[in-house]
Amino acid sequence: MNENTSHLSEYVPIVIMALVALGFVVTTMILTHTLGPKRPSKVKDDTFECGIPVIGNARSPFSIKYFLVAILFVLFDVEVIFMYPWAVNFKELGAFGLWEMFTFMGLMLVGLFYIFRRKALDWE
Amino acid sequence: MDPILYTILLCVIVFGISLGAAAYMTWGERKLAAVLQDRVGPSRAGPFGLLQPIADGIKMIFKEEMIPTHSNRWLFVLGPCFFMLTACMTSVVIPWGSGLTINDTFYRMQVTDINIGLLYLLGVVSIGVYGIMIGGWASNNKYSLLGALRASSQMISYEVAMGLSLIALVMTTGTLQLGEIVRQQDGGFANVVYQPLGFLIFLICAFAETNRAPFDLPETESELVGGFHTEYSSMKLGFFLFAEYINMFISSAVMATLYFGGYNFPFQHELGLEGNALAIVQSLVFMLKISGFIFLFMWIRWTLPRFRYDQLMNLGWKILLPLALANIFITGLVMFFSGKLG
Repeated sequence: MNENTSHLSEYVPIVIMALVALGFVVTTMILTHTLGPKRPSKVKDDTFECGIPVIGNARSPFSIKYFLVAILFVLFDVEVIFMYPWAVNFKELGAFGLWEMFTFMGLMLVGLFYIFRRKALDWE
Repeated sequence: MDPILYTILLCVIVFGISLGAAAYMTWGERKLAAVLQDRVGPSRAGPFGLLQPIADGIKMIFKEEMIPTHSNRWLFVLGPCFFMLTACMTSVVIPWGSGLTINDTFYRMQVTDINIGLLYLLGVVSIGVYGIMIGGWASNNKYSLLGALRASSQMISYEVAMGLSLIALVMTTGTLQLGEIVRQQDGGFANVVYQPLGFLIFLICAFAETNRAPFDLPETESELVGGFHTEYSSMKLGFFLFAEYINMFISSAVMATLYFGGYNFPFQHELGLEGNALAIVQSLVFMLKISGFIFLFMWIRWTLPRFRYDQLMNLGWKILLPLALANIFITGLVMFFSGKLG
C-alpha cells in the first residue's frame, strides 16, 4: 500500500482512541468516587500488613538485582531496536546485510555470554 | 459518512468490543475453572450466570474507595487509570476485518493501519509497566512494592525475547504494517508455518507480559497477598483486574493476526461468498481464533503450577533470548539458501 508515504493523519485515530479511553477512565473514577460510601477510620486506612502493626515503611532499599535487570533490558532493547529497520529491508539488503547482522548478533551473544559468566542474572 | 465521524464511531465500537470481551472473559474464566474443578461456577445472576460480569461491575463501582494514609494520593489514583488507558490503546492497530462496502463507500475495520504498527504495539506494551510500577510504589506497602518490582522486571525481561521473536517474522514479511501482514497471509500458509519457533517464543512471552499463570508472580496470593494491588479497592482494583483481561484479549488478537492469518481462513475464496458477506464471515472467524487463544490462556492457568522467581528469570534470559536469536539466525540462513534475497 502506501509503505513509503507516512501521513500524520494516520495517527489521528490513535489520539481519538486515547480520548475515548480517557473519557471512560475519568467517568468511571468520578462515578466510583461519588457513589461509594465513605467511612474512613485510622486503622482501616493504615498500611496493610497481614494484621500485625506496621513495621517501618516500604520506602526502604530493595535488591540491586532489579536495577541490574532494568539496565540489561535497556541495553538489549536498544540492540533489538537496531534490528528492526534491518529486518524490514532484509530482502533488499541481501547477503551483505545478512552477514553484517550476523556479526552484530555475534557481538550481542558475546555480551550475553559475559553477563551469564558474571552471574548478573543468577538469583540466589 | 464523514471520515472523522466514522473514525470516532469505529474507536467507540472497538473500545466497546474490548471492554465487553474482557467482561465476558471473566465469566468465561470462572465457568471454565468450574468445569475443570468439577464445580458449577457462577449460576445465580441470569441464565448460566450470564449477568455476573455486569453485577460485578456495578458492585465494583459502589464499593468504598480506600486510599491508605501513608500512600502518595495522586500516584495511587494514577496507577490503575494509566494501566487501563494503555491496555485500551493497543486495539487501534489490529485489523478486525477486511472492511465493508455500503452504498459505494468503503468502511475499514481497522482503526488505523500505520506503517509502524508492530513497533507501536511493542511501545504501548512497554508503557504498560508504568501503571503497575506507579500503583505498587505509591501504595507504600511492602507487598505492593515487591509485586510491582517483580511485575516490572518480569515484563521487561520477556519484552526482549518478544521483540527478537518478532524480528524473524518481520524478516519474512518485510513490513511492520499489521494490515499488510494479514493480507500477505491470504491464500498462502499462515505465518506460523514459517515461524513455528518464533510463535512459540511469542506465545510464552505473551503469557509473561499479561502476568498470567504460570507467570503470575506479581500477584502470588500465597507470598504477596495481592501483589501490586494489595491496597486497592473499588473500581481502582477493578481497573487492574479488568485491564489484565483486556491485555489478554488484545494479545490473543495479536497472535491470531501475526501468526494465524488474522481474519483469513482456508479456502475463503472458494465458498462463493462475495464482498460484505465474506467480510462478516472473516470477522467472525477472527473472533473464533481469538477465542481459541483465550481458551488456551485460561486452560493453562488452571492446569500449570506457578514458576519460582529464579526459574522465571532463567527462562526469559537464558533460554528464550538465545532461542529467539537462534530463530533469527535460522530464518536468515533458510531465506539466504532458498534464494529469497534480492
